[in-house]
Amino acid sequence: MSEWWTYSLSDFLLFSPRTYHRLFELYNEAVWPAHIAAAALAIAIMVSIRRNDGRTVAAILAIVWLWNAWAFHLDRYATINWAAVYFAAAFVLQALLLLWTGVVRDALDLSSRSRTGITLFAFALVIQPAIALLVGRPWTQSEIFGLAPDPTAIATLGILLLARRPQWHALAIPLLWCIVTGLTLWTMEDPGALLSPMAAALAFALAAWKTLAPSRKPRDESHRG
Amino acid sequence: MTHAPLTRRAMLVASAAAATLPALSTAQQAILTRAIPKSGEALPLIGLGSWITFNVGNDPAGRNASTAVMRAFFAAGGRLIDSSPMYGSSQEVIGEGIKKAGNASRLFAATKVWISGGSNGPAQIEESRRFWGVPKFDLLQVHNLLSWEEHLPTLFAMKAAGTLRYVGVTTSHGRRHDELERIMKTQPIDFIQITYNVASREAESRILPLARERKIAVIVNRPFEGGDLIEATRVKPLPAFAAELGCKSWAQLMLKFIIAHPAVTCPIPATTSVAHVQENLAAASGSFPDQAMRARILAAVGTA
Repeated sequence: MSEWWTYSLSDFLLFSPRTYHRLFELYNEAVWPAHIAAAALAIAIMVSIRRNDGRTVAAILAIVWLWNAWAFHLDRYATINWAAVYFAAAFVLQALLLLWTGVVRDALDLSSRSRTGITLFAFALVIQPAIALLVGRPWTQSEIFGLAPDPTAIATLGILLLARRPQWHALAIPLLWCIVTGLTLWTMEDPGALLSPMAAALAFALAAWKTLAPSRKPRDESHRG
Repeated sequence: MTHAPLTRRAMLVASAAAATLPALSTAQQAILTRAIPKSGEALPLIGLGSWITFNVGNDPAGRNASTAVMRAFFAAGGRLIDSSPMYGSSQEVIGEGIKKAGNASRLFAATKVWISGGSNGPAQIEESRRFWGVPKFDLLQVHNLLSWEEHLPTLFAMKAAGTLRYVGVTTSHGRRHDELERIMKTQPIDFIQITYNVASREAESRILPLARERKIAVIVNRPFEGGDLIEATRVKPLPAFAAELGCKSWAQLMLKFIIAHPAVTCPIPATTSVAHVQENLAAASGSFPDQAMRARILAAVGTA
């Protein structure tokens, strides 16, 4: 792209805020009662986290990432944004990474009980669906975990923060998505634009801390004197 | 270049207004035209853009509102609608709209080819034609000069074969004027599309004079700088001299500034509002500002 420095984010915006938010309204209407299934999956995730059953959690997350790729990006978002095809591919890749990490390798040890992780997960489940109402849009435009990409990405970040060791390969796409969606909403001057990037920054910082901080060694019991 | 976000209520009002258009249009002044330099064919001085505004996906309410805008556009004497494969669902929405509007017989269909590699051009053009539901395009433009060396031979061949009437290239935001100038000097194109408005006047120095010299029609995109100029003048009182030009809004004044330039064939403001499309088309009637008046418009907007 020549003269790239002359471009602004708004040059890449293809749709109006109204069209974007109506997309969620029509999507919610079309996929109902999938919301009940999404809520059941969220409860199943909570139970599985409590049992430290990383395999089940990873499998459920993979399902919802695949659902988002197909039902949201390809079937809906692609009607107003040609880039959604690439987003769908990234979401499928994320599902595969979750399956590989959590199911095939069984490497998702979710026993760290990170408060930040639990907070992000709870935010995605409870607060994010309420944002539409909080900023004055109809509740029918709510974005729900499992069905809409933003709460799905943030919930995934929260869950992955519960892992004993940060799984960077599984964190990368949710982190990137939070930036992409943040930029889209920022360009539309949406009041909630910073939420996803802030969640991503928090998740990134905590995962980096876990990676870089020296691991605690077991105390040497031989020197008691 | 949406003037303002359209609420659902506003859209219902707009749809209702569109139903009364025949009566409204008879009361309007005739829309003025300007000749396409290469052919002499007259084109109304205001066209209709579709960037963002018609990309409503499968939203039935959005599609109905777009149809209402198109119906109003044709009823007021408009002809040229411009789109691109880059604009999401806009081409499908236009296709549905011109079919449902029922008054699109004088449509001047203008779209673009926007794909890397010349060999991919024909398939994209055919897909666009199916979306529009037209037998052939009046104008095909190479979008943002993307692979123009490869696409232009295809477009010239289509024109020679009678499956296309005019060939053009586009840029926006005042970018790549050196390359555009080179194309204008070396290629037998019929149209260029550029950004030109009271705030972005880069085209005045070389591109617009060259267009006159080379008899190239000029479509003007972003006449309101993507809506920024409408926003910037929202609370400014309209200057008294606007009445001398028959302008009732800043939008009309800014459109008259553009079409007063003799090299300009038509600006293509985009809107989601029936009232705004009528207001825009009304700017192509009455008198136009001379040089002194154009300077006064610039001063009034604050971009002199």
